[in-house]
Amino acid sequence: MVEPPMSPSRSFFASCVLIAVVVAAGAGAFAYTAGWLSPNRLTPAKLVDVLAPPGGPALGYRRNHAKGICFTGVFDSNGKGADLSVAQVFAPGSYPVVGRFNLATPSPNAADATVRVRGLGLQITTPDGGVWRSAMIDPPFFPVATPQAFYELQKASHSKDPEAMKSVVAAHPEIAAFGKWATTTPWTSSYAEDPYNGLNAFLFVDRAGVARAVRWSLRPVAEPVPIAPDELAKRGPNYLEQEITQRVAAAPQRWTMTVTVAESGDVTADPSKAWPAERRIVEVGTLVVQRIEAEADGPCREINFDPTILPKGISVSDDPFPAARSAAYARSYDRRTAEAKHYPRTSGSPKQ
Amino acid sequence: MSRQLTRFTGLQRLLHWLMAVCIVAMLFIGIGMVSTTAPRYVPLLETHKTLGAVILLLALLRLGVRLVRGAPPLPASLPPLMRLGAILSHYALYALMIAMPLIGWAMLSAGDYPIVLYGGIRLPAILPQSDTLHTLLRSAHHWLALAFFALILLHLAAALFHALVRRDGVFEAMSPLPSRRGKH
Repeated sequence: MVEPPMSPSRSFFASCVLIAVVVAAGAGAFAYTAGWLSPNRLTPAKLVDVLAPPGGPALGYRRNHAKGICFTGVFDSNGKGADLSVAQVFAPGSYPVVGRFNLATPSPNAADATVRVRGLGLQITTPDGGVWRSAMIDPPFFPVATPQAFYELQKASHSKDPEAMKSVVAAHPEIAAFGKWATTTPWTSSYAEDPYNGLNAFLFVDRAGVARAVRWSLRPVAEPVPIAPDELAKRGPNYLEQEITQRVAAAPQRWTMTVTVAESGDVTADPSKAWPAERRIVEVGTLVVQRIEAEADGPCREINFDPTILPKGISVSDDPFPAARSAAYARSYDRRTAEAKHYPRTSGSPKQ
Repeated sequence: MSRQLTRFTGLQRLLHWLMAVCIVAMLFIGIGMVSTTAPRYVPLLETHKTLGAVILLLALLRLGVRLVRGAPPLPASLPPLMRLGAILSHYALYALMIAMPLIGWAMLSAGDYPIVLYGGIRLPAILPQSDTLHTLLRSAHHWLALAFFALILLHLAAALFHALVRRDGVFEAMSPLPSRRGKH
């Protein structure tokens, strides 16, 4: 069955060229897909790199929101969300929660009063195996409309060129609204007194299969007490962690989870635009924070609060941020787990 | 002695070409998704996980079929070095087809990520959370993927070399087209 090899040298040469072309085309397509030929592509690595402070990132820590403290508790669902989404988390019941209060800074040692934006990472698990992760912050809207604009804003904020920030603000006028929020909204002296907003739009899918765009928030039950940042500074660089530890030890702290439902015409792809205040808001349950644990030995350190980790009944919308955040958070997680030896574990830690 | 096969069986050829499409798609999806922050990242990741599970199942099936049905012998005219290359590269391809999905699954487990496939199908974690294992598996998944793609290019080049230059029936043994001689 072996056919006699045909060996005219021209045919041999042509065959080799053809093989080389096929292999080169395959390799080229792969390199293009990998972004190796597209230096301007906004990659997860770029998005993570740009967050690093001038001295380089804090090894072993999250690349942003690096300062934080773990909590555990429950989400008490009142059942009112069940008409919006089939997710089991909205059926009446109490579901375990792991979370993390944090400051929006790449430095785990930043003083509390130097960080304007505070955040809350949340994981709720349900008996059906559903996992819902979310990472929320206290401003009522995001500073910029697109991930590319976020990248440019971060780049400008680290730039020595005084014009860099001005040109980014000029190119992305939505930043001005955020600046107004940052300078006019009172600070508080407690994580327990802050609201936390999901900001990104997601889709809730109901029993009939109808998908509605929503945004969610946690509203504090505790009354906010305003404090000037310099007063907060006087209480020490880590006051917020001490305060929340004592406060939760004294009594569980609560937030009402609200779901705002978009109407047709509301922009879902731009978290810098708040929806009109008259939109339907459904109170779906209460987050109860029952226990605080230092991050080093706490249950939140290992968790990547990736906002695209969603249970059945919730999915991403056309908002471009959750995907970009997911890609960047994964890169941050890859790096910090690889650098785990730099992270100061306390003695007796069970994890290596 | 029983009649020697000159081609892989129809089932083996079907599995080969089906998996070829899946694996090439898988490698492109993988390298593409880790370099993008665009909205397609989310569906690409879900497809990658789902396709990985499919490839693992197909690879195990294929290994079983290979062990039962065997393979047509390489032509006697094949130089020893090419014969060795053919044998070693096939072992490596089988190892990667089975190992890569398992490494990906273990890596997600070690990262404490829920593993949710298309249609909401959930896979259990096969490892506890571990920074060390996550790091090891993440690196292995990346470098073995690049090695896998390089090996596939080599496999493709060798297949074309058999088809166009040596014309020794090796390519025809796995060709998706029916035999010209009407056998098999």
